[in-house]
Formats: sequence, structure tokens, C-alpha cells
Amino acid sequence: MRIDAIKNGLVIDHITAGKAMEIVGLLKLEELDCPIAIIKNAPSKRLGKKDIIKIDADIELNTEILGYIDPDVTVNVIKNGEIVEKKHIALPETLNNVIACKNPRCISSCEQELPQIFKLTDRENRVYRCLYCETKAK
Amino acid sequence: MRHLIGINDLSSAEIDELIAVALDIIDNPKKYSEKCRGKKLATLFFEPSTRTRLSFEAAMYELGGNVLGFSEANSSSAAKGESVADTAKMISCYADIIAMRHPKEGAPLVASMNASIPVVNAGDGGHNHPTQTLADLLTIKRKKGRFDNLTVGFCGDLKFGRTVHSLIEALSRYTGIKLVLISPEELKLPDYIKNDVIKKHGMDYIETNDLVEAMPNLDILYMTRVQKERFFNEEDYLRLKDSYILTPSKLTNAKDDLCIMHPLPRVNEISVSVDNDPRACYFVQALNGKYMRMALILKLLGIE
Repeated sequence: MRIDAIKNGLVIDHITAGKAMEIVGLLKLEELDCPIAIIKNAPSKRLGKKDIIKIDADIELNTEILGYIDPDVTVNVIKNGEIVEKKHIALPETLNNVIACKNPRCISSCEQELPQIFKLTDRENRVYRCLYCETKAK
Repeated sequence: MRHLIGINDLSSAEIDELIAVALDIIDNPKKYSEKCRGKKLATLFFEPSTRTRLSFEAAMYELGGNVLGFSEANSSSAAKGESVADTAKMISCYADIIAMRHPKEGAPLVASMNASIPVVNAGDGGHNHPTQTLADLLTIKRKKGRFDNLTVGFCGDLKFGRTVHSLIEALSRYTGIKLVLISPEELKLPDYIKNDVIKKHGMDYIETNDLVEAMPNLDILYMTRVQKERFFNEEDYLRLKDSYILTPSKLTNAKDDLCIMHPLPRVNEISVSVDNDPRACYFVQALNGKYMRMALILKLLGIE
């Protein structure tokens, strides 16, 4: 399968196979007014198979969201058809309004204007807990 | 500015320091009777609580300070829909320190993020109740003189009991603690406490459903109530409830210097006939709560 290279934009590479659509949804990529290619199950030497997203525009990505969904991805910045930067995304320390606390007894469940904040409490097991009630994110 | 939202906000050294002040208050109450003159404690109780609110109020009065506040959400502006953040900002204009109880977990943290005065969590839902843990620690210190090398039995509802979780967390800082977790299958200590606290700190623990069998080894017995509504059916509740009621006969094989604790209120889980046993410490525990709250108020207000 052949998809044209992009000239100026971003390539989100090494996405765990099956996670591309979740990234598209949470990053609201469908709202962008530029060509986007979503490649699922591309062969990968390291992962066996992987997903790739190509965005044909130079936009700012929310790396907090990206890191939370899939911290092993790399983001290649393309300028004039060349990779000018390779960004490795890490698991973010804090998530601001990325996910919502599911605990009905949490103060954030009844005070809608409070920001939904989650803190990384266990990097090894990728555990995030609500700042307010410390409930584990699911 | 310092707040107290969870027991982990305090270092071991700070806990020791609070205990030292509380012990000095017990020995020299007059020395402290004017320490908070001109200071005001706001007790913001969005749900009813007798012991904790009165304990905070008594603590402030005994320090020579004053108290203002409310004891249920209906008599506060929360009934009109005011946010916790706005309440905290507004109260900061009137008082010097806040003690807040709220049914929603995390509400005192939100208050602390918005107040310009110290906030003490006086209980937020099933989440934290750090001043109860401070009362528990002072009781252990006064009765046992130490926090290490103790066999501590927790009995009853270990699943939902926030005081149990919090005290286990506090004890995880010390060495030689053996935990005996005594509960029916339905109310066992949750896995996340076992994994995140007990196993993480390498604490010794055993689980059993037999209080009498565990009794001879215990230095401390921390009782909690087994509530009927926690069971799926009444049959199980009726079958189990008596096993977790402490009576003089169950204490036959207990150590002479056992320390029996309970966060109160007690309903029927400790027979009234145990109250006169010198090993019953639960009312002293409530008194210790007042002393620790006095020490805490002084610390957070920066008063020597």
C-alpha cells in the first residue's frame, strides 16, 4: 500500500497497533481541515505491527494526551519533505482535562467547573490517580 | 502556608513534633490557654459529625481562641449552590484557620487550593480523616510508648474503614509492625492497600476471620463496626455479626497491657461491659484527638 509522503507536517509513528483511532478521537484530529492518513497494522520490525498517523499540516500536538494513550510513540516533524526533528513522547506527570474521574463521590463529579487533574503515581505500572479523591484512572 | 489534607502531608519528624506538643499540653494546659487569643477557627461541616466538630471547637477554646462555622450543609451557602472554592475564599476573609468536613472526596483539597489560610481536612467521604489518625497515634504513643515492634490487630470492617486504611499507612513508616487483619471475607482489606502500602513497605501481615484466636498475640486491637448494609444478605450478617463483637469473654486470653481502640461512634461492636476494663482506651482516644488538634492548630498557625 502506498501513501504519499507529506511535505510539511507531522508523522506520529510507532503507535501500538489498534490505538490510532483513540488518538484521533482524543486529539480531535477529525476537526482538522487538512489531509490526514491513518495507517493501521503497518508492518514494524520492533513491534510486529503498528499504527501510523500522518498529518499534512504543521500543528501543535497535545503531547500530554499522546503520552497518556501511548507513551512509546515518536513524533516526526517534517519540513520541506525532510524529517527535521524526532520527538520521543514520555508518560506525562500530570493530565489536565484529558480524562474524567469516575468516582461519583469525588468533588469533581459535582463541581463541574473544577479541572479534571490526574497525577502519575506509579510510572512503572502507568498508574494515574485523581488529584482530589486519589481514585485510580481506568 | 501549610494544610493537612492527608496523613502523608506530615513527615515522621512532624508527627513526632505534634505528639511532643500534645504531651506538653496534657502536662501544662495553662501554658497553652492563651496561645490562640484573637484567632478564629472556622468549622465548615457540610455533613454532621459530633465528635470531630466538638473536638476541634474544644481544642480552639482551650487555646484561648474563638470558633465560627456551621454544622450542616443546609445552613451554609452550599445549599444555594456556592462552590467549595468560593466558600474557602470567603471564609479566608473571616477566620485564621479552617477545619472542613465534606461528604465529597477531595473537597478539603479544593478548599486548600483556594484559601489564603490553613485548611485541615476533618473527614472527606470515605477518603481521608488525618486528625483521627493523629488521635490514634497519640493513643498508641501514650499507651505503648513507641510506634515500632507492635502487633496491631484491626477487626471488623476493613474494606470501607478509612480510619483503618489511614492508620495502616501511618504505621507503615515504622519498623517491626505486624498487622493482624481480622474480618469476614466480605469486608477484607482492599487489595490496593495491601499492594500500595503493606507489601510496598514490607510490613508483616496475616489475615484471619477469628478474633479469639488472634487475641493472645495483640498489643493493640483496633475495633470497627461491621455494618448490616455492607452485606448482600441478612443471613450472612446474622451469621457473622457476633464474631466481631468484643466482649469480656473474648478478652480472656488477651495480653494484660492490650490497648483496645475504636474511632467511635460505637454501636454494638464493643460490649458496654468492656468499658470498665483498664485495657479499653477508646474514650481516652477521643480525648487524645482534642490534644492533637490543639497541637495541629498551633503548628499550622505558626504559634510556638
